[in-house]
Amino acid sequence: MTLPPRFRDWFSARGWQIHPHQQDMLARKDDPALLLIAPTGGGKTLAGFLPTLVELADGGHEGLHTLYISPLKALAADIRRNLSTPVDEMDLPIRIEDRTGDTSYTVKRRQRADPPHILLTTPESLALMTSYEDAPRIFAGLKRVVVDEIHALAESKRGDQLMLALARLEALCPGLRRVGLSATVEDPPALSRFLARHPDPCAILQADPGPAPDIQMLQVETPPPWSGGGGAYAIPEVLDQIRRHRITLIFHNTRAQAEIFFHNLWMANEEGLPIGIHHGSLDRQQRERVEKAMVQGRLRAVVCTGSLDLGIDWGDVDLVIQVGAPKNVKRLVQRIGRANHRYNAPSKALLVPANRFEVVECVAALEAVKENDLDGDPRGPGPRDVLCQQILIAACAGPIDAEALYAEVTSAGPYAALTRADFDACLDFVATGGYALRGYDQWQRLKQRPDGQWQLRDPRAAQLIRMNIGTIQDSDTLKVRMKRGGGRALGEVEEGFAASLTPGDTFLIGGRIVRYEGLREMTVEVSRDPGRKPKVAVFSGTKFATSTQLSHRILRMFRQDSWPELPGHTAQWLTLQREVSRLPEPGRLLVESFPHDGRQHLVVYGFAGRNAMQTLGLLLTKRMEEMGLAPLGFVATDYATLIWGLDAVTDPAPLFDAEALRDGLEGWLAGNAVMKRTFRASATIAGLINRNTPQSRKSGRQATFSSDILYDTLHRYDPDHLLMRITREEAMRGLVDFGRIEEMLGRISGIDHLRLDRVTPLAAPLFLEVGKVPVEGEGRERLEEQEAERLMQAAGLA
Amino acid sequence: MTGHPFSLAGAQLIALPSGALHWPAERLLCVSDLHLGKAERAARRALSPLPPYETQDTLARLEEALQQTQAETVVCLGDSFDDDAAARALPQAHRLWIATLQAGRRWIWIEGNHDPGPVDLGGEHLAELSLSPLTFRHIALPGAQAEVSGHYHPKAGLRGGRARPCFLLDGQRLILPAFGTYTGGLRTRDPALSGLMGAGAVAILTGSTARPIPMPR
Repeated sequence: MTLPPRFRDWFSARGWQIHPHQQDMLARKDDPALLLIAPTGGGKTLAGFLPTLVELADGGHEGLHTLYISPLKALAADIRRNLSTPVDEMDLPIRIEDRTGDTSYTVKRRQRADPPHILLTTPESLALMTSYEDAPRIFAGLKRVVVDEIHALAESKRGDQLMLALARLEALCPGLRRVGLSATVEDPPALSRFLARHPDPCAILQADPGPAPDIQMLQVETPPPWSGGGGAYAIPEVLDQIRRHRITLIFHNTRAQAEIFFHNLWMANEEGLPIGIHHGSLDRQQRERVEKAMVQGRLRAVVCTGSLDLGIDWGDVDLVIQVGAPKNVKRLVQRIGRANHRYNAPSKALLVPANRFEVVECVAALEAVKENDLDGDPRGPGPRDVLCQQILIAACAGPIDAEALYAEVTSAGPYAALTRADFDACLDFVATGGYALRGYDQWQRLKQRPDGQWQLRDPRAAQLIRMNIGTIQDSDTLKVRMKRGGGRALGEVEEGFAASLTPGDTFLIGGRIVRYEGLREMTVEVSRDPGRKPKVAVFSGTKFATSTQLSHRILRMFRQDSWPELPGHTAQWLTLQREVSRLPEPGRLLVESFPHDGRQHLVVYGFAGRNAMQTLGLLLTKRMEEMGLAPLGFVATDYATLIWGLDAVTDPAPLFDAEALRDGLEGWLAGNAVMKRTFRASATIAGLINRNTPQSRKSGRQATFSSDILYDTLHRYDPDHLLMRITREEAMRGLVDFGRIEEMLGRISGIDHLRLDRVTPLAAPLFLEVGKVPVEGEGRERLEEQEAERLMQAAGLA
Repeated sequence: MTGHPFSLAGAQLIALPSGALHWPAERLLCVSDLHLGKAERAARRALSPLPPYETQDTLARLEEALQQTQAETVVCLGDSFDDDAAARALPQAHRLWIATLQAGRRWIWIEGNHDPGPVDLGGEHLAELSLSPLTFRHIALPGAQAEVSGHYHPKAGLRGGRARPCFLLDGQRLILPAFGTYTGGLRTRDPALSGLMGAGAVAILTGSTARPIPMPR
């Protein structure tokens, strides 16, 4: 279809031309599903909404027409403001509203009774709406759903939940059309299958990607340190770049690193350039202040984390600096896209490796970007904990017919291959708890009516279920507030970190050094503490593992005879490694062993990413313990695991037997903290643990008990319970990353073991790594005993 | 499994790593806050279907403690059941199990805030028990002497270590950790506990050995 005159006039009044992809979207507006891949700033949102605006222009539609879903609340509000421009200027009879967790109760009620034409919301708010008994009325007349930033949603369970919600909507409004808007991704067809109703086709529209980004390494006078992730050595050069650009975004991989860098940046910021900080642990008001200042152009730079990866057009950003290796080429490309939102101008970015090894990694990433070789792991099938929650949501809306619900669920892309048996196991868990020990029928959550449909046994349960909708896991965090001056909120820290503090300790939050005063009603109270060296906050900030593709690229680089593309210091380092030992090769597994400082050391250059190398460390030390090699501890990075112990390993081959490693994994996993953490997440999503209860504000922590206890109990009495199976699956593909150990074992044709008399150049930085893991055993027990005795002596109690 | 021996008002007691208290001279075993039937109560109130295994787990651990100590008197120090209805709803198998444990022993149910009513399960039902020189009650009374109580589910840990259920001990009183499987804990730093315990109080951590540390405040 062509653009109606009113729209044509509007475009030309603004001096705009309709982009080809906007025209394509309009032409294919009746397709059941469409995926648009476009760079930031390419008029993507308007492309998504144009068909809606055209269809609504005549004022003939009653009720809801288009739902817009975004991963961020702020994005929904931002889009509402942006859309109101064309709507107002063309005087279109269209009502646009947003609905998120921040929307007031009164407005939400009114929206249920009288929905707007276009509703902008999040996956969680949508899931909640589908749980209401009057959902069919709310969504009556719905024609289109626009999913923004679908590439980001598809990376988490939020996306799976959203696709189940769309399947629900499809059942309520047959013929619903879906549109996905995505940044550049490695596998567009996979994303289109994720979006479309199975087995509907889904056309993929590619917008002009614009000019190639201008991306380079930041030239720094001082060579980077051997280890660590701070990037502090580059502060003078980073400040210089800030001076030379309008607005610079400085991305870090973790929140703690962002805090330290921000602190150091300000210490060196003699001319007082306005620089802010933004990350997910900061208080919302603080973040909003920074966002506003950016849009108004009052800031010259923002130190940030993934919290600024998405969405909103943050003013006039003209430079992106990535501190630390990007770990993943796709995310790097998406981050670079944050600079220069004007279409047809190249984005400008600089990489700052945080240490010597990351120099290699950054160079490898630069080449990958040039070749447009994006990485990403294929998505697994839709997780069943999310399905369990979906069954609960459906039961809140009304009685469930198992047959119909199964058909609906399998129409969602991520669940297209779900078997009836797996579905039934989830339904059984939701209805009865699914325990091997029966006899609990009188306490079922769902009961089956004579007509075979399932309904909530106790209608009061609906309130609790609705309060717990969502798949976002907030780890246990405590609010941080100033003790004096009105108790201003600063942000959040992990409960474990808070527990390790004693009054007088200092830490960084929001770029400020604060002093821990005490814990009051689950709030960390602090006071200002100017000018002392801080103890650093251990923020949860996700540690990403270097992608498989990037690891392979680095291994290939090692085969070169020389490295003209690397800075001299790094090239020399690799040359020296080749002289005294050997460089890791793609098809082989390099293992070095040497004595150092009275201990025997073993280094395994597996290049399987941090999570897998960590798992490998746990499995290898367990095997070494069994073999009497007395390992004492290990440390893992993205590329290697360093193990130390009392005895030398003379033949590492038996350690790497795949079968034995797999067996070891079975036993090791069971009692492992990773499993317990994974269980907690899955049990919460599946509705076994309630994050929120009507009473939760009143009761103290004493009433709740740790999910670890539930895990241990199930492990002992019901090890095959559905949630235990889900936990295993999730852990294997998440933090344990055993798949990449298998990938490593599969790609090597043999082990090269080098017995050396001292530390090698490549191994040296490993000794400086933080996050050393002690091997649990008799030793630890003895250490605790000594520590307890020492404390009792010191207190005069022994 | 090493216990930690100590004396309170002249009575020689042992804090067991399991969280039970042993008084060898009286051949007495005391456990607190069993919260039997917690999963049943949660399900009944349409909260969530917790794994229904906590009663058998708690009873199995209690049985083990009885075998180890050969105690002839058992004091359950209140909140033995998650509520009175949970006590009534106890499956037949678990009632029989409790009866077996009670056979040949004096068994005292001290009433708690969760289970004020008498239970139909054998044994005596008391508000508190005096057994010179000690007094056993569910909730500590400020100012009381030679008192053994429960209720607070205290927990503590070494710096950097995980918090575990613990006993709290000073010159006047002993507070027991919760023995039940499905029980959480209250950090000893909480004002409710730090206000109750005198200076020089000790936290005895449970786990593989009972380990005293200065009470973290």
